[in-house]
Amino acid sequence: MARAVFHPRSAYAPSAGYRLLPLRFGRLDEHAYIVTNDVGEYVRLARDELVAFLERRLDSDTSVYKALKSRHFLYENDSSVAFDLLALKYRSRAERVAAFTGLHIFVVTLRCDHSCQYCQVSRQSEDSTAFDMTVEHADKALDLVFRSPNEHIKIELQGGEPLLNFPLVCHIVERARKLNEDHRRDLQFVITSNLSRLSDDVLSFCKEHGVYLSTSLDGPADLHDGQRPTRGGGSHRKTVEGIHRVREVLGLDRISALMTTTPRSLSRVDEIIDEYVRLGFHGIFLRSLSPYGFAARSLVKRYGVEDWLDFYKRGLSHILRINAGGYFLREEFTTILLQKMFSPLGSGYVDLQSPAGVGIGALVYNYDGAVYASDEGRMLAEMGDQTFRLGHLDEHSYEELLTSEALLAPLGETILEGMPMCADCPFLPYCGADPVFHRATQGDAVGHKAFSAFCTKQMGVLRHVIGLLETDAEARDILLRWV
Amino acid sequence: MLVKLSARGLRALSETSRAPFVARITETPALPEAARSKLLLLLSGEASDFPPGFRGYLLRQAARPLAPKDTYLLGADHTYLRDGDVVRIDPVRGTVSALYRANSRSNTFLVTERCDNFCVMCSQPPKDHDDGWLVDDIERAIPLISPDATEIGITGGEPALLGERLVRLLVLLREHLPRTGVHVLSNGRRFSDAGFARAVGDVRHPDLMIGIPLYSDLAEEHDYVVQAKGAFDETVRGILNLKRRRVRVELRFVIHRETVERMPEFARFVAKNLTFLDHVALMGLEHVGFARTNLEALWIDPVDYQRPLREAVLTLDRAGMATSIYNHQLCVLDPTLHRFARKSISDWKNVYVEVCQTCRRKEECGGFFTSSAVKRSRGISPYG
Repeated sequence: MARAVFHPRSAYAPSAGYRLLPLRFGRLDEHAYIVTNDVGEYVRLARDELVAFLERRLDSDTSVYKALKSRHFLYENDSSVAFDLLALKYRSRAERVAAFTGLHIFVVTLRCDHSCQYCQVSRQSEDSTAFDMTVEHADKALDLVFRSPNEHIKIELQGGEPLLNFPLVCHIVERARKLNEDHRRDLQFVITSNLSRLSDDVLSFCKEHGVYLSTSLDGPADLHDGQRPTRGGGSHRKTVEGIHRVREVLGLDRISALMTTTPRSLSRVDEIIDEYVRLGFHGIFLRSLSPYGFAARSLVKRYGVEDWLDFYKRGLSHILRINAGGYFLREEFTTILLQKMFSPLGSGYVDLQSPAGVGIGALVYNYDGAVYASDEGRMLAEMGDQTFRLGHLDEHSYEELLTSEALLAPLGETILEGMPMCADCPFLPYCGADPVFHRATQGDAVGHKAFSAFCTKQMGVLRHVIGLLETDAEARDILLRWV
Repeated sequence: MLVKLSARGLRALSETSRAPFVARITETPALPEAARSKLLLLLSGEASDFPPGFRGYLLRQAARPLAPKDTYLLGADHTYLRDGDVVRIDPVRGTVSALYRANSRSNTFLVTERCDNFCVMCSQPPKDHDDGWLVDDIERAIPLISPDATEIGITGGEPALLGERLVRLLVLLREHLPRTGVHVLSNGRRFSDAGFARAVGDVRHPDLMIGIPLYSDLAEEHDYVVQAKGAFDETVRGILNLKRRRVRVELRFVIHRETVERMPEFARFVAKNLTFLDHVALMGLEHVGFARTNLEALWIDPVDYQRPLREAVLTLDRAGMATSIYNHQLCVLDPTLHRFARKSISDWKNVYVEVCQTCRRKEECGGFFTSSAVKRSRGISPYG
């Protein structure tokens, strides 16, 4: 064999100069800037690196140059495959919009046996059946559910306390499964319940039909019971008993819990998290209050978004410690953002989509037959603002509801790429639009982001999480496991 | 067992065919005469008589005279041959080449030695000459192989340089061996031609995987390793085109000094851009061919790259990608990586070394290439 001749690295070096691919940039913290692109890639860099990069004089031998090239922020004349890959990634992330409505919420009753301070849906007393959904409305709503082209359909049975109208819950689940014999979708059910009415009948029904349960758990007993009063008390005890029974009868993964942060929770984040660990949960969603329903009047004004951010950061560091100790526990809101950063498909979380998830991500069939574009839209309506009411099951067809101005207007306005301030924001690919929040707080679906608590919360959390990812190797290792 | 897949030492005991020929070996002398004409009868004991009508006869022991045409005495390197093997006999040179071995899981067809890459660590350095006869033989061999064969590899050189002929080969495999998995090793560049990728997809082979190497997230790094400007773009586009045609694709990354530095970034790039790939293999260096020529420049002790390897594997695993580590001994790998390690070295070039004799995990371990006696990790030590 003739002696093989190999060429040095320099023979394959790109010709000098580079061009920018579409990107956004902004300040990350006092030390660094961040650039992001439409497919969710990011690079953290120093100010002088950013300036050199944008002025097209960044040295190609630097590691930041290589990172920017690898993540498709720049390209050279020698290679153009970045365009193919960017297009592919963008299409993957946008596919969800075409999939259309996946979440269908049935408000089977407004009745409830709890009187929570932060209730968002204006509870009614337990015996007022005037606030129950009728079978006729449920059937009409089910017909609409299967009009959605989405392969994955999730039906959420909500209230009030949906188990107070258990016969209708049974009817909806059974009829949906019957209809699905023809439609053949991936069909899932979840009952959102405080578990006070969890009977053997309910459990065996859930077992038979593969129904999941979701409940509220605000933390240790005194905190939980303080903000979730019920006649005779003992909400926490009943919830915990319920969780154990569900796991015994249906299996460990069949129940999840959600917490709501109130002013009284703020100083107790570690205890709240420990309560979830004590009960064997591997996920906790640190949720801030929404400015709707009773909460808007009684609670929201008593803490600001900065208080919640502080609560969140302390909570997250406690959760990271728990993970470092060998117990897997993920914070669900952080996980949603991490999915937007690292998963090719992003996240399907309805409240952080662009355009907003209203209608095309979720539809709400209210107890009275009204159809809303989101759960929060229904809450807003209970406060007298009908902006997100798409129509009524008795009066409007699927086509009329889904092409109503009440839906098309907010969809058109909430494409982040066209929203004032969002359009230039580096956190855009990890964010979403919340038209109901801005309507509730500022009077229109878009709002002014400088005065938006939603925006402050998003930026605060994202800066914190990206900061951890980039400067704390141990935290990064744990966080990436949550995706 | 080590096997010399093509070895001289064949001795003719009678008049021979002049041209090389391909045939399947049988050890059943009583086969109906009508079934004999394409088979070579392998006789192990003392051949007392020769059942007539076979294509030829292979003897393990010297025979009495009066052997029929194409009777050969096998040499010392031919003892591995057995019933069901498909061989190429070259009477003039006295060689037997095993094209297919019935009792091996790793049967590979070398379809060409030509290649448009010139990788610095190539284990099978390309030769630029017309070697179409290689495929001629393989096309003859395929109909002779048992349909129970589990997997057949197609390698080069660059098999895709065969163009339309590769497509025909895949059709032939699908028709004759529909239950046999086919694994093609290609640099992927030719599939940047969407029409060619479509043609491969249109074969609708029920169990086809194309293994394609990618060595960096940066074009110039990959191009340097494969010594071909523009190769990165073509390879990535080839991968995308194949996946668009629903052809399964495996990514292969060889770890050495020129690729190790960006391994974590490479994994991040793959997890982000090529998540839909069917498998990713991170492979240790085989010390043959150019890898041996360039060993001083390429060698890095696996012990010294466990951190980046671990980071890369975890990145791919977290993205939900099927990930394997090939060609590494368990004792040099970070323990958290053991579940990704595969026994990947083909049986005919797989060995263990002296210290392995006492190792209690030898059975789980992939061992060494025969060629790796040249350089060995300082981390090699038996599990007690």
